[in-house]
Amino acid sequence: MTTLDRTAPPVTPGGPAAPSADRPLRRELGIANLFSHGFLLFWGAVTVLPLLWMAISAFKTNGEILADPWGLPETLRFDNFVRAWTGANIGRYFLNSLVVVAGSVSLTMLTGATAAYVFARYEFRGRQIVYYLFVGGLMFPVFLALVPLFFVVRNAGLFGTWTGLILVYAAYSLPFTVFFLTAFFRTLPTSVAEAALVDGCGHFRLFFQVMLPMARPGLISVGIFNFLQHWNQFLLPQVLMQGDEDKWVLAQGLFALSVSQGYAGDYARLFAGLTIAVLPVLAVYVIFQRQVQSGLTAGQLK
Amino acid sequence: MRHGKWPLIVTFLVPPVLLYVVFVVSPYLQAFQISTTDWLGYSADANFVGLENFRNLWRDDYVWNALQNNAILLVLVPVVTIVLGLFFSSMLTMGGRKGRAGIGGVRGTAFYRTVYFFPQVLSVVIIALLWKEVYHPNKGLLTSALNGIGLSAPTWLGDPATAFWCVLAVMVWSNVGFYVVLFGAAMSAIPKEIYEAVMLDGASRLTTLRKVTIPLLWDTVQVAWVYLAIFALDGFILVQLMTNGGPNFSTDVIGVRMYDTAFGSETKFGYASAMGVVMFFLTLSVAVLALRAGRRERIELS
Repeated sequence: MTTLDRTAPPVTPGGPAAPSADRPLRRELGIANLFSHGFLLFWGAVTVLPLLWMAISAFKTNGEILADPWGLPETLRFDNFVRAWTGANIGRYFLNSLVVVAGSVSLTMLTGATAAYVFARYEFRGRQIVYYLFVGGLMFPVFLALVPLFFVVRNAGLFGTWTGLILVYAAYSLPFTVFFLTAFFRTLPTSVAEAALVDGCGHFRLFFQVMLPMARPGLISVGIFNFLQHWNQFLLPQVLMQGDEDKWVLAQGLFALSVSQGYAGDYARLFAGLTIAVLPVLAVYVIFQRQVQSGLTAGQLK
Repeated sequence: MRHGKWPLIVTFLVPPVLLYVVFVVSPYLQAFQISTTDWLGYSADANFVGLENFRNLWRDDYVWNALQNNAILLVLVPVVTIVLGLFFSSMLTMGGRKGRAGIGGVRGTAFYRTVYFFPQVLSVVIIALLWKEVYHPNKGLLTSALNGIGLSAPTWLGDPATAFWCVLAVMVWSNVGFYVVLFGAAMSAIPKEIYEAVMLDGASRLTTLRKVTIPLLWDTVQVAWVYLAIFALDGFILVQLMTNGGPNFSTDVIGVRMYDTAFGSETKFGYASAMGVVMFFLTLSVAVLALRAGRRERIELS
C-alpha cells in the first residue's frame, strides 16, 4: 500500500507567487474537507459499531441486553464466555477448526507450491492446458458443484470425516494458490537456479533448499489468505459434515448456537461465542494486515 | 534444465492434479449429467429424462422469483459498492488537497483503510448472525436507536417489504472496504504529475475524479464489476442464515432454492443440478458480458 506523500513540498513552478488566487480555493477546500471527513467517519462508525456492539454485549447479562441494547455492562460478565466455550461446545468446535485448518492449509500450500513451481519453471507439452484448467476454477462459486461433490465425497468414504474436509478445502483452494504462486515463482531470478544446477544440485533439492526459501513472501501471503478462507468456511462443512456433532467446525457451532438462542433466549452466550470466533481472525488481520490486504486484492486482480 | 526433470514434474504435478480433478472438475462435469435425470437422491435409481428438468424450471414460479431477486442484486450490489468504494478511496488517496500541488490523502488514511477492510476477513456466518441481531425487532441496535430518537422502527427482516433491502445493505457493508483498498492501490499507481497538471488547469475535484481518475482506473473497476456480479449471483450463505429466503420468499435467491431442492425435505438432486447448470451458464455469461460491455481503450501509464 503506497500512499501518496501528504506533506510533499510544492513543485509547481512559481507556486508561492499567487497567494491572492489561493484564498477562495482554500475556503472551498476547507468545507469539502470537513464534508469528506464526515463521510469517512460515518462509514467508519457503520463498520465498527456492529462489531463493537457484539463485543460489549458479550460482557452483559441477558437482562441488560434486552433492557438497554446501547448501554454498557454494569460489570464484566466473563461467565458468558465460559457458557459459550464449554456449555455450547464452542471450545471443542474451535479446536476442531484448528485441526482441520492446519491440515488443509498445509496440504494446499504443499500441492499448490509444487504445481505452481512446475508451471512456472518447466516446459512440457500440455502445460498451458493443465494450468488453465486450474485457473479456470477461479470463476465459479463452489455451490454450483455442491450436489455431485456430496456424492463424490460419500462414495470415497470420506463423508463426515475431517480428512474429507481437508481434501475438499485444499482442492477448492488450488486455483487461487496455483495462480498466485505461479506468478510469484516467475518473478524469481533464473540465474540462481541455473547456478545451483551447474553446481550439481538435483531438481528436488533445488526446489526445497533454494526456490522455496526464496518464495517465502509469496508463500506467506497466500498462506494467510488460505487460512482465512478455510477458517471462515461454512458451506462445505454444512454439507459434508452433517450429523456427528462432535466433529463440527466453528462455523457450524455458531450457527447451532444462533438457532438454539431462538428458544433458549441466551443472547449473551451467542455474542460471547461470536466474539470468540472473531478474535483469531482479528489477531491474524492486525499482525499481517499488509499481506492480508495485498493477498486478497491480488486474488481479484488476475 | 534437461536431464532428470521428469521425475520432478511427475511427483510435483500428479497429486495436485488428482486432488483437483476428483473434487473440483468431476463434480462440475457430473452436475451436467445429473441435471438430465430424475434422480431423487439416496436411491441409485436415476432415469434419463432429457431436458425435462429444464422445461420444469422454466415453468417454476419460485425459481423465477428467486432469479428476479438475483437480478436486482446483480445490478444494485455492484453499483452501490463501486460508487461507495470509489468515493471513499478517492477521499483517502487524494481527499486532502493540501497546499498547492501537494496531493495526498486525508489524515488517518491507513487507519481508515484498516477499519474499512476488516469485514472482508470475517466469516460470512459471523456477518450474517451479527446482522441478524442488529436487525432484531426488539433488542437490536437499529430498532433501539430509532426508538431512542422517538421514531418507530420497521421489523426489518420480518417484513417482506424491507427484508430484501436489509440483506442488500449487509452485502454492501461487507464488501465496500475491500474495494476501497483495491481502488486505493490502483489510484496510488497513477503518476502524481497528472494530478498536478490537472490542478494547474483549475479542474474541480469532481471533474478530476470523473475525467481523470475513473478513466485511468477503468480496468480495475471492470474487474470489480465482474467479481461483485459473481458475488451477487451467489449471495447464498448470507441469505440462508439471515432469512432463509423468507419472509414469504421476499429474499429468496437461486442458491437457497437449489440448496432446499437438493438437501431440503425432498432430495431432488436431478432438478437441483439443473438449477446449478443454469447458474453456471448465467455466471459465465454475466462475466463475459461485463468484460465485453466495459471494454474501452486501455490507457497505458508510461
